[in-house]
Amino acid sequence: MDIIDILLSASFWTAAIRIASPLIFAVLGELICERAGVLNLGIEGIMVAGAFAGWMAVYSGTDLWTGVAVAFAVGMLFGLVHSTLTVPFGLSQHVVGLGVTLLATSLTYFAYRLFLPEVTSPPKIEAFQPFEIPLLSDIPIIGPALFNQTPLTYLAFISVGVVAYILYRTPLGLALRAAGENPAAVAAQGLSVTAIRMGAVIAGSGLMAVGGAFLTMSAFDSFFFEMVNGRGWICIALVVFGAWRPGKALLGAILFAAFDALQIRVQQTPMGADIPYQIFLMMPYILSILALIVMSRRAEVPAALMVPFNKGER
Amino acid sequence: MRLEPIANPSALRTLAPPALAISATVIVASLLAMAAGANPFAVLGEILKGAAGSQFALLETLNRATPLIFTGLAVAVAFRAKLWNIGAEAQLYAGALVTVVLGTGALGWPSAALIPTLIIASLLAGALLLLVPALLKVRLGVDEVVTTLLLNFIFLLFVSMLLEGPLKDPMGMGWPKSPRLIEEARLPRIIEGLRLHWGFGIALIAAVLVWVIQARTTLGYEMRAVGLSRDAARFAGIPVGLVLIKTALLSGGLAALAGFSEVAGLKGALTLDLSPGFGYTGIIVAMLALLNPLGVIAAALFVAGIFVGADSMSRALDVPTYLADIMLAKALLLMVLAILLTRFRVVRE
Repeated sequence: MDIIDILLSASFWTAAIRIASPLIFAVLGELICERAGVLNLGIEGIMVAGAFAGWMAVYSGTDLWTGVAVAFAVGMLFGLVHSTLTVPFGLSQHVVGLGVTLLATSLTYFAYRLFLPEVTSPPKIEAFQPFEIPLLSDIPIIGPALFNQTPLTYLAFISVGVVAYILYRTPLGLALRAAGENPAAVAAQGLSVTAIRMGAVIAGSGLMAVGGAFLTMSAFDSFFFEMVNGRGWICIALVVFGAWRPGKALLGAILFAAFDALQIRVQQTPMGADIPYQIFLMMPYILSILALIVMSRRAEVPAALMVPFNKGER
Repeated sequence: MRLEPIANPSALRTLAPPALAISATVIVASLLAMAAGANPFAVLGEILKGAAGSQFALLETLNRATPLIFTGLAVAVAFRAKLWNIGAEAQLYAGALVTVVLGTGALGWPSAALIPTLIIASLLAGALLLLVPALLKVRLGVDEVVTTLLLNFIFLLFVSMLLEGPLKDPMGMGWPKSPRLIEEARLPRIIEGLRLHWGFGIALIAAVLVWVIQARTTLGYEMRAVGLSRDAARFAGIPVGLVLIKTALLSGGLAALAGFSEVAGLKGALTLDLSPGFGYTGIIVAMLALLNPLGVIAAALFVAGIFVGADSMSRALDVPTYLADIMLAKALLLMVLAILLTRFRVVRE
């Protein structure tokens, strides 16, 4: 059977992990925001901005890691805009989030046209190259998939561990989670809910932007309009699917990416050639909706998600 | 800092924040224009001229405002009940799709019968498309923001599939484009000789009808109650789920009319670039209108003016046309903040 062959090939899993990497960054970013009680619908636009900022920095002459830092900083900037409006002012997180997406996307496209007015096809950069980890990469199938990737993919996996550690093993993480569950209790401890939530949104937005930058600096080597193509929205579904836990969100992202990699390969088989390609392209979105439906029954939503906190109110 | 409600806001308090928001938007646009190497006054002047400087420009703005009135109404109706319909883009294409399915010869009726049929069919198509996320929301608690957003991508791919398959125009020279509507299915012009179709008239009628529903009917009252507080509405005996479903049907239907009107009034056929994001821009329109159906008309004209003006400004001065999108996104964010500041005072601790 074709599909079994595909699932047992190392190249399939290598592709799956590559597709998962940007999602891992962005899912973690969204997860941090939501754990602190703020839904960040700016994610789609922030990914676009990150993809452009990182790539543009490298194209202008910085090294790759500086490019990643630039993307992170740009993400933080949009996170600052988002959190200023949603946290102290308590404005609708839906409206502000969509506004941030529109703003980030249009600023990016404007900047692209400004910096590269004449190009018809976008210039390429020297992107991150796969870095083979000795010995580990010799393990069959999972070796090349997990240990022959670009440094940004390794960073994505490390980030999952770091975020999980901070969330569950540090006072900061406890305060962050409490801000999303019971902000009044956090305030009673003498901590600032506003500061915690704003910090979470700013840091989370930085991670989203790095997720975008992965697309232009590791998965591909140039920037296209529409290249994020709904990945941000999919990440919001993945946060729900992962029950707001970093480990489960990681599994969700890999599962999703494996499915995506599978549909690309099935498309190329004789059986897939008879099916309109749009059906395959729809699959990731349909899968996300199905995942949401399945998980909605036992979702452990942070209790104060989307509930603004105003200290004066009792 | 803390927010404190103001009991009786003064005239200054009500007017100053929105005025500041608009000024800030204009200042940001000017800075960006300067970054692009253009004189900001020339840029703003060209935008005004392009939007309203001639009869042609004005009609262009009215035409562009038409789909935005429909999507703006769709969003305003939904957001009023706190049903987050971000899927107006897909619903627009649903309306356009049934318009070409039925209007390209399948029904060989005279205009007087065909056009109302197309309107009703579009309404139904859009309503059905939003019914799915609304049911998932009401029955299973699935967040409608994500489902409606993702449905935009799914539905656009579905349209693309049809345009390359059964709906492809055999005379289209290979382009993914539907056949043209028959003459009876086309919306006539409001005044002969002027390039403005009846879609605009229908949009105005729709806005008034939505206003009547919201301000003068029980359903409108229930929608507002559900939007203010679901728990309180439930406590008062309002069937919250049912109200959300009705809201979804109305909202989806209104967005679909944008697709009908673009195809039947302007383009005559369906292509994948029918909408440059009218569904998403509808959110800006609705928010600028403070979710008021009659305000939607004014907001849609304003937004359409910016877009049309920016297009001609871009041609004249070589500043990227995305300046318009930035201005509108900025206006949206600053406006919601400004509205808050008309009603609340920031108190420092």
